Amino acid sequence: MIEIENITKRYDKQTVVNDVSMVVEPRTIAAIVGTSGSGKTTLLRMINRLVEPTSGTIKLDGVDNHSLPDYELRRSIGYAIQGHGLFPHRTVAQNIATVPLLLGWDRERIDERVDELLKLFQLDPADFGPRYPHELSGGQQQRVGVARALAAKPNVLLMDEPFGALDPIIRTKAQEDLLAIQKHFGTTIILVTHDMEEAVHLGHKIAVMDGGKLVQYARPAEILAKPASSFVETLVGSSERPFRLLSLGRVGDAVEKGSAEGEAIPADASQRDALAELLWTGKPALPVKDTDGKALGRVTVDGLVKLAARPA
Amino acid sequence: MAIRFDKLGVVIAAIAAYAAFLAPFATFRANRIVPGEGRLILDALPAVSGPLLLALVVVAIVVALLKTPLAWRLVVSVVLLVALALAIGMAGGFLTPPGNTFARVSPASGFWLLIFAFTLLLADVLTRLELSPFVRLAVLLIAAVAVGMLLASGAWDSLSILKEYANRADTFWAEARKHVTLALGSLLAAVVVGLPLGILCHRVEALRAGVLNVLNIIQTIPSIALFGMLIGPLGWVALHVPGASAIGIRGIGTAPAFVALFLYSLLPVVANTVVGLAGVPKAANEAARGMGMTDWQRLSGVEFPLAFPVILTGIRIVLVQNIGLATIAALIGGGGFGVFVFQGVGQTAMDLVLLGAVPTVALAFAAGIVLDAIIELTATARRKEAVA
Repeated sequence: MIEIENITKRYDKQTVVNDVSMVVEPRTIAAIVGTSGSGKTTLLRMINRLVEPTSGTIKLDGVDNHSLPDYELRRSIGYAIQGHGLFPHRTVAQNIATVPLLLGWDRERIDERVDELLKLFQLDPADFGPRYPHELSGGQQQRVGVARALAAKPNVLLMDEPFGALDPIIRTKAQEDLLAIQKHFGTTIILVTHDMEEAVHLGHKIAVMDGGKLVQYARPAEILAKPASSFVETLVGSSERPFRLLSLGRVGDAVEKGSAEGEAIPADASQRDALAELLWTGKPALPVKDTDGKALGRVTVDGLVKLAARPA
Repeated sequence: MAIRFDKLGVVIAAIAAYAAFLAPFATFRANRIVPGEGRLILDALPAVSGPLLLALVVVAIVVALLKTPLAWRLVVSVVLLVALALAIGMAGGFLTPPGNTFARVSPASGFWLLIFAFTLLLADVLTRLELSPFVRLAVLLIAAVAVGMLLASGAWDSLSILKEYANRADTFWAEARKHVTLALGSLLAAVVVGLPLGILCHRVEALRAGVLNVLNIIQTIPSIALFGMLIGPLGWVALHVPGASAIGIRGIGTAPAFVALFLYSLLPVVANTVVGLAGVPKAANEAARGMGMTDWQRLSGVEFPLAFPVILTGIRIVLVQNIGLATIAALIGGGGFGVFVFQGVGQTAMDLVLLGAVPTVALAFAAGIVLDAIIELTATARRKEAVA
């Protein structure tokens, strides 16, 4: 759990982060969204004390983050940044081993952990471990960057625009990977992004920042349905709202009784994808099946359109 | 098949043709300070050797001129360099009248130009072969051993430069030690001071411009002027600081030479350290901090290894520069090979000048090759840096 209490950061007369309080529940992802200069990165960097706050406290699992020397604190927190920041003179395996090495793990345990992480990120340890970062594709570099951040099994992972430098296709894949990894390890993640779509997709909760202030901190559905200010509304994008709302739900939750002709849609697909499929094929309804291929019923345009309407 | 010319080969062939047929191969002088008379290859060498050498040069010119396989060019350049080295020694024995100890025979422009032409050919071949650093070091070692063996065999003993050496054998090695101590010692001092200074300049931006400008200004002071400027302060130190004169600090001599070389060395070391550190990818630095490296761990584990090849390039510049500059130290009694150069100039004895100049050039050349190899080895060990 991360408790941010009345945190403020001032540079000379300029207030970059202004009295922000928020709590991130354990094992959840919080996405901090805002335009550039909104103070979102500064807020993130105060958690691992790359930036020291002017006032306020931050507690990690109930412990003030100033109770340790800054470098020891940072070793216990995962940190992944845009452009991955891999060390060009070290191999992939050495890069991932950075924090375990700083913590003084023994060789065997480090090797084991590196192999485990590489496999988890679908990189063959024998092939990729000895490579240098410049021998990897952008998507692979990014995966190694996240693997490195997770190497010492941190409870908390901070990510600063981790997918910012990736092209859209690799980006989607990287987001899916992150969700799977988060489920696997139960890591608490705070992710900074300027992309509302990414925030809605990844965040259990979304924190919207503007001019150093926390404007709204709520579940994605609430941010979409009840934006706290016109700024949030703009950020959400009024023309995108219904579709973003649909993207939060799974087809399984929109199944109706009955049957339909055509290619079945899997129950774990997003409702947005289902609507897109329906509109594209020109059919009023399509069958739904679960992961085992068992028919569950059907999903209809009418049903989905109702779900896309602003919640009461 | 059309005949195709090698571009560099045309230049080499022109130089070699002029040097072999028109320029004097050796100079003969009745004693060490009178002006000499040049001798062409055919006149400078005994009966069979002269035409044989000329024939070799002609073959080499043809091989250099045309587009020929690298192996041919390699063989030809090595054969010619060895032949020239032997021939000049032979010329010394041939031209010196028996029993005459005053006459001097020295290599003339033709010899030097031929050496230059075929060294150029060899260097071109070695570059095109893209030899690994280890092989280059081995080639350097073989060349050094070959020269050493020629010297030891006495094949060159009749040449003037070795006659000058024979007269000064004891001081030669003493001055050689001084020369190397001056060049390496000032480099070491510059690294010890320059590295931390460079790191400081990198970390503290306010310092950077000031420090680099001061070092730049020092670099522009002519060396003789700098020696002169140091006489005053060092003389004062010798007089007023207890123990200073006991460790050899004086207004003239080794101390000011050492200080001057040290000052000249600082700029390349500091500037390359700053440039090297500035070239470290920002994201890598940020990640290092974010993952909990202390300042020292970040410097030693990330910044320094990434900046190292650039810093080493600075050290290479300094070493080669210092080996050359150390010659001037002799002017203020600092010793080194410069002693022979200035004595030779004073006596208009060019052979003595060469006794100081040739080892200096050879030393600088060898140092350059060794450090280039080291730079390449460190760079390949760390692989190419990621394209940022």
